[in-house]
Amino acid sequence: MIVARTGNEAMAEAMRQINPDVVAAYPITPATEIVQLFAKFVNDGLVDTEFVPVESEHSACSACCGASASGARVMTSTSSQGLALMHEILFIAAGLRLPITICLVNRSLSSPINIHCDHSDTMASRDAGWLQIYTENAQEAYDTTIQLVKMAEKALLPGIVSTDAFIISHGMERVELLDDKEVPKFLGERKVNYSLLDVDNPITLGPLDLQDYFFEHKRSEIDAMDNVLPIIEKVQKEFGDKFGRYYPIVDEYKLDDAEVAILVMGSTGGTAKVAVERMREKGKKVGLVRARVYRPFPKDAMAKALSKVKVVGVMDRSDTMSTLGGHLYNDARSILYKSDNQPLMKNFVYGLGGRDISIEEIEAIYEQLFDIQKSGEVDKDVVYFGVRGE
Amino acid sequence: MKKEKEGWKDLPIGLVLGAATCLNFKTGDWRSEKPIWDSEKCTHCLLCWVYCPDSAIIVKDGKVQGIDYKYCKGCGICAEECPPKVKAITMVREEK
Repeated sequence: MIVARTGNEAMAEAMRQINPDVVAAYPITPATEIVQLFAKFVNDGLVDTEFVPVESEHSACSACCGASASGARVMTSTSSQGLALMHEILFIAAGLRLPITICLVNRSLSSPINIHCDHSDTMASRDAGWLQIYTENAQEAYDTTIQLVKMAEKALLPGIVSTDAFIISHGMERVELLDDKEVPKFLGERKVNYSLLDVDNPITLGPLDLQDYFFEHKRSEIDAMDNVLPIIEKVQKEFGDKFGRYYPIVDEYKLDDAEVAILVMGSTGGTAKVAVERMREKGKKVGLVRARVYRPFPKDAMAKALSKVKVVGVMDRSDTMSTLGGHLYNDARSILYKSDNQPLMKNFVYGLGGRDISIEEIEAIYEQLFDIQKSGEVDKDVVYFGVRGE
Repeated sequence: MKKEKEGWKDLPIGLVLGAATCLNFKTGDWRSEKPIWDSEKCTHCLLCWVYCPDSAIIVKDGKVQGIDYKYCKGCGICAEECPPKVKAITMVREEK
């Protein structure tokens, strides 16, 4: 069914069709609508979900952990400060291997307080042990929400699927929804080896773990991250085979004959694709790489993609506050350290706090990349693009 | 022979252990003071059993039988809670 939906509405529709056993959530701009719409679905009897309107995101994530450990399929939604308030519980969910799914809207972290898009919220949680998938539009957000539930449950890892604040979350787009019956069929029942509510088979969950075992348990969690990419690929393929929409781990656009490329994530991927089209019309060989799956970092696929070009401009909508530039840039540089085919690389930190990025600005970045190709030198590794006073 | 600890690949996923693992953890050796229970004075009101944080008061058919020194940490709560007119539990210094 083809409908007009905002990103938030699309994610809420996905949640309705998934029909999770438990949703515990606390509203926050700009993700409020997801929870609000879902609460209406609960009220109207369209889902069987136990909806827990908690008093904070810390409690939301904690309630999700308890429910997930009981064997339930669990989802929640948040953004920015909300994710920050969940922070300590994020690590607990991952350590206990609870496959919770968060429908997240990327918004700047305070301070200064702001409600618009950048990726500082999820980037601050990137080491929590959650899968992270950044989407380009409402359709991808809808599809990925459904996919992620399956990926998470197969890998026994929690996951975050995110959209860019307002650009996707509140922008209305053409979205193709699946048939209500198809989604539960695609996901199947969650299979569990234990349940906190199974009183006939009691367990101890999350005990104190000291010098003698903590390291082994963490190593096992790292191993899960090591092995999740094939699971993600398999679920994406299964989804594509069934419903006709295929998604890659690393989204390559017009890359094969490109001389320079931009590496980007989120909605800017869509804007940059238009810039690529325009540049190509002028006969300039430019390409695009979009990091869809960011955690775990798809090092092999990404290194292969970036090695195809001579110059890469990495566009980061967040800064590490380490003097080393943005997060994506640091990951991308790191995986190419041993590559025989290292492209020159420059980091463009842009769009913090929702500062707009235009097609023309991205074209200007491509022109800078051509200048670097010509001179063979990167004058400045990290620049802050679109900020006044530079 | 001492049991080898498992490598990470042999551990159950997600920090799940069997139930009641605290039974394997004998906290009795933490004790510096030891409760002595006097069966003559005890009225079996079971206040000590209610308050004991380590379930170390042994009760059978509603009657106190004694103290489980494998788990008793010697906190003295039982002696404190035993009614003043009864005083069936006294704390004594643990001897080496």
